[in-house]
Amino acid sequence: MEEIANLFNGFAVVLQPFNIMVMVVGILLGVIIGVLPGLGGANGVAILLPLTFSMSPTSAIIMLSCIYWGALFGGAITSVLFNIPGEPWSVATTFDGHPMAQKGKAGEALTAAFTSSFVGALFAVIMITLVAPLVAAFALRFGPAEKFGVYFLAFCSFIGMSKEPPFKTVAAMMIGFALASVGLDEMTGQLRLTFGFEKLLTGFDFLIAVIGLFGIGEILLTMEEGLSFKGRSAKINSRVVFQTWAQLPRYWMTSLRSCIIGCWMGVTPAGATPASFMSYGIAKRASKDGHKFGTGEIEGVVAPETAAHAAGTSALLPMLALGVPGSPTAAVLLGGLLIWGLQPGPMLFVEQKEFVWGLIASMYLGNVVGLLIVLTCVPLLAAILRIPFSIIAPVILVFCAIGAYTVHNSTFDVMLMMVFGVFGYLLKKCNYPLAPMVLAIVLGNAAEESFRQSLLASQGSLTIFWSNWLVGSIMALGLIALFWPLISQALTRVRPRPVTT
Amino acid sequence: MAGLMIVFALIVIGGSMSVGFNWDFDGPRAGFFPFYIGLFILGASIVNFWQSWSDGAGGRLFAEWGQIRQVVSVVVPSTVYVALVPWIGIYVSSALLIAVFMKWLGRYGWSMVLPVAAGVPVATFIVFERWFLVPLPKGLIEELLGF
Repeated sequence: MEEIANLFNGFAVVLQPFNIMVMVVGILLGVIIGVLPGLGGANGVAILLPLTFSMSPTSAIIMLSCIYWGALFGGAITSVLFNIPGEPWSVATTFDGHPMAQKGKAGEALTAAFTSSFVGALFAVIMITLVAPLVAAFALRFGPAEKFGVYFLAFCSFIGMSKEPPFKTVAAMMIGFALASVGLDEMTGQLRLTFGFEKLLTGFDFLIAVIGLFGIGEILLTMEEGLSFKGRSAKINSRVVFQTWAQLPRYWMTSLRSCIIGCWMGVTPAGATPASFMSYGIAKRASKDGHKFGTGEIEGVVAPETAAHAAGTSALLPMLALGVPGSPTAAVLLGGLLIWGLQPGPMLFVEQKEFVWGLIASMYLGNVVGLLIVLTCVPLLAAILRIPFSIIAPVILVFCAIGAYTVHNSTFDVMLMMVFGVFGYLLKKCNYPLAPMVLAIVLGNAAEESFRQSLLASQGSLTIFWSNWLVGSIMALGLIALFWPLISQALTRVRPRPVTT
Repeated sequence: MAGLMIVFALIVIGGSMSVGFNWDFDGPRAGFFPFYIGLFILGASIVNFWQSWSDGAGGRLFAEWGQIRQVVSVVVPSTVYVALVPWIGIYVSSALLIAVFMKWLGRYGWSMVLPVAAGVPVATFIVFERWFLVPLPKGLIEELLGF
């Protein structure tokens, strides 16, 4: 019951006029970011992070998380109307969303997409409200070894679940760790891996890496694909909206399944993109209209959108409760917390009640506001996409540069951003995943610290990670996640397959 | 790519060894963690290298030439832009970048290029320096204007 009281206090914080304004601005910016190719949730939040330095942490996190919600909503618009996924997690939405638009049912497709996004997010927020305090309370008992276990689990599930080749994931992740360790070693106060460059003293800031890898890299990829945007126009009026809403309850089963898939994939750091694909695939297999998927089935829009939003939202649960972000955007938000002087993790629920519950309350309200905004602004947002890329691209570049500069007021960072951008483009081309690298840059120092602290306690023996049932089971889960592809292969081989002819 | 990563791994390992990767009397030294990270990168990259080798990826094209030209046509102006920022400030170089892009890649007339190229930096100036009080790098021209 204490949670309910806390939540209402949270609503009181969010309903202050300034915070409501911040929320609307955040959602609008987020939707625009989601619509524009080359600007995604993670680097959009990273670029705008410096603007929030002058705000109170609560207003700042409301604004940034609303940008995130907006970006999640915005991705659907481009998928349906232009067949261009604005965000990776809306790729699956194009499969049925764009055919619907071609049949002249763009309005219905968009309404279905937005509404199911909303449902997915709401499900995840309710889950966060109920589960996060419990997880946080449990995590208060964690020592360094357990903390390292949680990081280990997070990174192992990345390797086990990513669709990229596992060794490429390992390589990308470890490069992230290596970059994180450049600069001052916090435990011994010694400089390392700087090779005499003064500029590297403070190490690589992950914000620069995010802006470069995701922002610049994405622009380069978009450039390569050529730049013809041919879109369908959409009309959304209240009649279409209500008609679509009347159809949606039929798909409650798909919706519920997608919510659960989304939450699961979001909490384990697999993220929104695989969640949307998985949910689409399962819905296709489970639905009796499965063979019609891909020709413009409304169910094929509901499934990936619900899962993507549920995953995107629930990615904040481990960030808040454990200090381990479930997605690159959550990682940037976590970086924001550190900059505002808040220590993410279980203590947050004890020491910063107003902040945590303000954030959770803003998730409820932000998604309602977001739904209203996207339903009313679709024509306007589609117009943004009609601006040619030769104008959009340099403007995005300028914003990336401004974002990179404002992190430390350093022009060296702007150059570094460019290097990361080209590097990110090459990695993407060679099929290396970027998300684990960013997560490793963010968490590198914390993971290293907990690892070394545990080793100090055990005098250098690795057995400390198996010394009690708690850390032992976390590590075992991690290993299962790591070798999951092999395990599931073995399982299907052991189980006799039903004969199909 | 994997080859590049092997080089990177060797740099990390070398750097870690130079600060000490073994145990001191008070615990692991600064290079301890990065040293093993370097070993991981090295191992994974060797596997990747070997895999791409055995796939016969040498014959597969990285990208088409037309695509590479497109990408280079973005990389070159942006690199010049990034290099200019410390010297002439972010506003003037941004205007130049947008103008070059629109003229060169978009083939717009000057009547379209000039307002956009001038408008975006002015708008950023108002938003950042005036509303949010975030100073951005400025050069000679802004100094002459008295900012």
